[in-house]
Amino acid sequence: MSVLIIAEHDNKSLKPATLNTVTAATQIDADVHVLVVGFECQTVVEQASQVAGVTKVLVADNAAYEHQLAENVSKLVVEVSSDYEHILAPATTTGKNTLPRVAALLNVAQLSDVIKVEAADTFVRPIYAGNAIATVKTTDAVKVLTIRTTGFDAAASTGGNAERQVLSQVIASDRSRFLKEQLAESDRPELTAASVIISGGRGMGNGENFKLLEGVADKLGAAIGASRAAVDAGFVPNDLQVGQTGKTVAPDLYIAVGISGAIQHLAGMKDSKVIVAINKDEDAPIFQVADYGLVADLFDAVPELEKSL
Amino acid sequence: MKILVSVKRVIDYNVKVRVKSDHTAVDLTNVKMSMNPFCEIAVEEAIRLKEKGVASEVVVVSVGSKSCQETLRTAMALGADRAIQVETEDGLDSLSVAKLIAKVAQDEAADLVIMGKQAIDSDNNQTGQMVAALLDYPQATFASEVAIENGEAQVTREIDGGLQTLAITLPAVVTTDLRLNEPRFASLPNIMKAKKKPLDVKTPADLGVEVGSNVSIVSVTPPPQRAGGIKVGSVAELVDKLKNEAKVVS
Ligand SMILES: Cc1cc2nc3c(=O)[nH]c(=O)nc-3n(C[C@H](O)[C@H](O)[C@H](O)COP(=O)(O)OP(=O)(O)OC[C@H]3O[C@@H](n4cnc5c(N)ncnc54)[C@H](O)[C@@H]3O)c2cc1C
Ligand SMILES: Nc1ncnc2c1ncn2[C@@H]1O[C@H](COP(=O)(O)O)[C@@H](O)[C@H]1O
Repeated sequence: MSVLIIAEHDNKSLKPATLNTVTAATQIDADVHVLVVGFECQTVVEQASQVAGVTKVLVADNAAYEHQLAENVSKLVVEVSSDYEHILAPATTTGKNTLPRVAALLNVAQLSDVIKVEAADTFVRPIYAGNAIATVKTTDAVKVLTIRTTGFDAAASTGGNAERQVLSQVIASDRSRFLKEQLAESDRPELTAASVIISGGRGMGNGENFKLLEGVADKLGAAIGASRAAVDAGFVPNDLQVGQTGKTVAPDLYIAVGISGAIQHLAGMKDSKVIVAINKDEDAPIFQVADYGLVADLFDAVPELEKSL
Repeated sequence: MKILVSVKRVIDYNVKVRVKSDHTAVDLTNVKMSMNPFCEIAVEEAIRLKEKGVASEVVVVSVGSKSCQETLRTAMALGADRAIQVETEDGLDSLSVAKLIAKVAQDEAADLVIMGKQAIDSDNNQTGQMVAALLDYPQATFASEVAIENGEAQVTREIDGGLQTLAITLPAVVTTDLRLNEPRFASLPNIMKAKKKPLDVKTPADLGVEVGSNVSIVSVTPPPQRAGGIKVGSVAELVDKLKNEAKVVS
């Protein structure tokens, strides 16, 4: 039976996380449908229909769906759920906000952060900040899963030619209202999609010093990340936090600067292909996962690194 | 206004867990257990609302074996007024926990349910959303700021792109993120006082909720280990390795 994916988008473009979710879905069944819920989101629909492997795009385009409030989206998904045995969304803050509601309304379990599809009823997911890997089997009639994007390659964004179906039902809760949004604007690649990331921790000392990392990031085309301590201290905004309770990343190259390597930080980056750590404490736990460790004062090493790239 | 806060007893966040050698579960014998950090933040937020005069009563609930009474006592030492333990085996699935908490919220006529965004053992990040769905309440997850006014909660949420602010009508469910507040420590006199605060024990049958799950664990294994790396002596050596050995920099 077909798999339904709830698309990740901002009404303007389809987010890459959707492409990784498509790959997970195709490992379950060849018939993959994508639901685009939004407002004036025609470009997203175009993009979704072109993704390789997607056979059908369901579109719910209404002002009530502009901010994809969980109350509304979950009920809409439940209305179309009878055609599906699997309902997936990327494990982003949007997916995590909505899918548990869908599962509860359907009286089934929700499996979070799936990193591997073993079979149509058996999935692998990390628990305990990634210090244990659980394989779970479910006999629920509908399997509701959020997909950790680092577990699956991105599907090709072109090559598909999906048919479209318009959903006309409008579900609008009068008990949840969007007030405002402060979105970080950056010319850098998105953290979860970047192939190189340079992250700063408490060792950076203050927000101003993150400029040092920007110099390196400019040369490498890298995204900038941070530890919780750097976010808590107000050096950088919350959307840069990498870790158990922040973003999960797995770039080709992850450079940790002034980060000690707490379990919770490692949980978000230890699947990176190559890890570099720059820390003045030679016993910092980050060195246990680093392929290349440099014991040095970051204020000397980072400017030198920028110059030599 | 009455606030219900859920608290879960989990492995302490400083402990690095080990998987049992038979690969059935993680080994929890003789491991330090604590209140889930996100639940501490939930308790703190509720107490602050009470101290501001916004809330009149803070009730805490935990679902699990008798040992979670310890966690409930901690929450009362921090300032919660009374506690409810829903007596079940430990490790119940999220949907069952959500059904039990939803029923307690209903019976208590709680105006606001504050829960952690995530339990650091299961890493599920779903129970609060499920409680909200079961009660058909609005939700504001991953909260970093909460203000209550005119029967509404204005909540700033930490989302992937930055921050979002919603207004939700009470009764509602809020789940906490790390930067909502910094939890206080319990003072010794308050720990003593908490021993005398009321703690009710209920069973799922008392609440008329059937628990059970269609999900079973096939195996729990340790994660793949990274091969140990090397220390480089200089920035020049680092750049050389990245270019010529790892080939991740051109
Ligand atoms: C429930 C919970 C969830 C959490 N979730 C996350 C999460 O998602 N992500 C996360 O990152 N953390 C998370 N944490 C926090 C985590 O436990 C650590 O506290 C945090 O990662 C530490 O950040 P840090 O390494 O920047 O700071 P510290 O541990 O203070 O390390 C700073 C490092 O900088 C080095 N340093 C200082 N000055 C210099 C210098 N001049 N040159 C070179 N090196 C220098 C020091 O040697 C030290 O190793 C969580 C904690 C809890 C309880
Ligand atoms: N057994 C439990 N007892 C009380 N609260 C729980 C329990 N399980 C989960 N919760 C609450 O739900 C939140 C999210 O948990 P989870 O969805 O498992 O990540 C936790 O922070 C708790 O507030």
